[in-house]
Amino acid sequence: MSMESAGQSARKTGFRAGDWLIRNHIWIFLAIAITVFSFASPYFLTLNNLGNVLTQAAFIGILAVGMTMVILNGEIDLSVGATLALAGALAIGLQPLIGVWPAIFAGFLASAALGFLNGAFVAFSGMHSFVVTLGALIGIRGLVFVYTGENALMVEDFSYTEIPELYLGPVSLTAMIFFGLALLFQWVLTSTRHGRETYAVGDNIEAAHDSGINIKRHKIINFTICGAMAGIAGILLSMRLGTAEPNAGRIWELWTIIAVVLGGTRLMGGYGTMWMTIGGVLTLAVIRNGLRLLNTPNYVELIVMGTVLILALALDRLLEHGRSRR
Amino acid sequence: MDWMNVARRHGLLVAFGLFLAIVASSADGFLTVGNILDVLRQVSIIGIIALGVTFVVISGRLDLSVGSMLTLLTVIVVDQHNNLGPGGAVLVTLGAGLLIGAWNGALVGFLKLNALIVTLAMLSLLQGLTLFYSGGSNVNVEGAQTTWFAIFGRGTVWGIPVPALLFLGFAVIASFVLRRTVYGRTVYAVGGNETASVFSGIDARWTVFLAYVLSGVATALAAIIMGSRVMGAQNTIGQGYELTVLAGIILGGTSLMGGSGSIWRTVTGVTMLGFIQNGLLLLGFPYYVQWLVTWAVIIAAVWIDLAAKRGRIIA
Repeated sequence: MSMESAGQSARKTGFRAGDWLIRNHIWIFLAIAITVFSFASPYFLTLNNLGNVLTQAAFIGILAVGMTMVILNGEIDLSVGATLALAGALAIGLQPLIGVWPAIFAGFLASAALGFLNGAFVAFSGMHSFVVTLGALIGIRGLVFVYTGENALMVEDFSYTEIPELYLGPVSLTAMIFFGLALLFQWVLTSTRHGRETYAVGDNIEAAHDSGINIKRHKIINFTICGAMAGIAGILLSMRLGTAEPNAGRIWELWTIIAVVLGGTRLMGGYGTMWMTIGGVLTLAVIRNGLRLLNTPNYVELIVMGTVLILALALDRLLEHGRSRR
Repeated sequence: MDWMNVARRHGLLVAFGLFLAIVASSADGFLTVGNILDVLRQVSIIGIIALGVTFVVISGRLDLSVGSMLTLLTVIVVDQHNNLGPGGAVLVTLGAGLLIGAWNGALVGFLKLNALIVTLAMLSLLQGLTLFYSGGSNVNVEGAQTTWFAIFGRGTVWGIPVPALLFLGFAVIASFVLRRTVYGRTVYAVGGNETASVFSGIDARWTVFLAYVLSGVATALAAIIMGSRVMGAQNTIGQGYELTVLAGIILGGTSLMGGSGSIWRTVTGVTMLGFIQNGLLLLGFPYYVQWLVTWAVIIAAVWIDLAAKRGRIIA
């Protein structure tokens, strides 16, 4: 089932509650989470805290924008956490040598190049992207350890940490970049040929191939986007912290995939939007922030996340059942 | 004899032999009985888990929760040894492994939820349960050195470590189940072509369910050995094991797509992985270089395998 076919049936038959639910269940989740935490903690619904939630959401969010492009193609990228760490390390580590902005650019370029390599390897070897990017995860993390000598790199030029200190009310520049990128790629998905073909490749790769779409090129472009997004997230994170930890972003690939799938994007490809990803990222961030405000122990977060994800999958399955019966 | 053909079909083993020769000539103490037994002892925990996960992978699914499951079950076996004694601890741990496996199996087999995401969710959930159970602190065995519980991880029979013997024993049983029983054949059928297997009357839901149960029980057995060997449990003791298990299975040549593979491939893969990491360690490489090399080897192995199937590689 593709997004198009769900959308078309809605267009043909007018508004259907079921169809609306299939596409938008994440906003109901988000509303429930916000309502619950508003009652549970007096601090939750303050402008300051909501701004914090957006900033915290932005890092996983930017990763999730790239991951959505890859997942829509029916692939997966497990290496984004390591790429994030490498981009941050380069952006800070190269500053004494080449200056702040060239270092930022170098970190970004390196991450995009790693994404390109992942994509090229997946496209031309025919290997499962799960295996390729699991290898890349370990390899890139190894590079980070080699480059940083297993120590955190400290920033020397503090103008670097001031870059994201630009706020629009409570909304940080980091959060704005997340929303900007999400909107940009939503536009790419709906209004460009690359976007439409991305859905086609994820939905039915053989049909896409037979209709003349260059599948290899598609995968390479989307993996490159994914790597570039990981680079942006890593650079922004190193700006916020003023350091680049070799362990930065560890298991963030899991949180990213969880956010994307929670939003309702199908892991098998072909179905999903950036709106869903924004919804998934925000829901995840609200739950984490809310649990922390309530001072719950660490394990509650882990258990709640696991449970929420399984419930989201079960709901997705239920809705799909309803749809296929119609 | 066509040597090209041999090299193509057993290229991995040839490369592995070369690796062994290089390490043996440059690192002292690599090809000694003591070191080989050490490697076998080390791989047995990963290996026993991998036996269970092989059923899951051949049925066309994945289990990424085994590392966290191993952590939780090791904490349970150590803690229950203090409460119930060795017999109770072993039984409770096996029961808990069975239950977690059944839960995974119910979600993936019967509810047909995506295996990758379900077991990722379980990875997080089981980590939380571990911290909840242990209260965030490490658990230590009191007085277990003096009970028979110590045999699983520390005992030897004719100089061979008990964990290695258990690994071999379970491998024989698992191989028998997979190759000679009706259930084993349904695992291949479901992994090969699920729709066709359902049309031919196989209940794929039960097949997948049982594969996860086996994965859970195998992890429980590994946890018993782990608890007995370490005589304690940290909250991170099994972290990352799911990837090592997967690495061993892939290196053995079992396809992640399901439908093919065997227990002996897993045994070979896991053992090779153990020797590669041990060899690199003896050569003095840091931990992350071991991993880099390991994954380079695995990716090369899978790539050559794929290319050879397509007939692109001549030699």
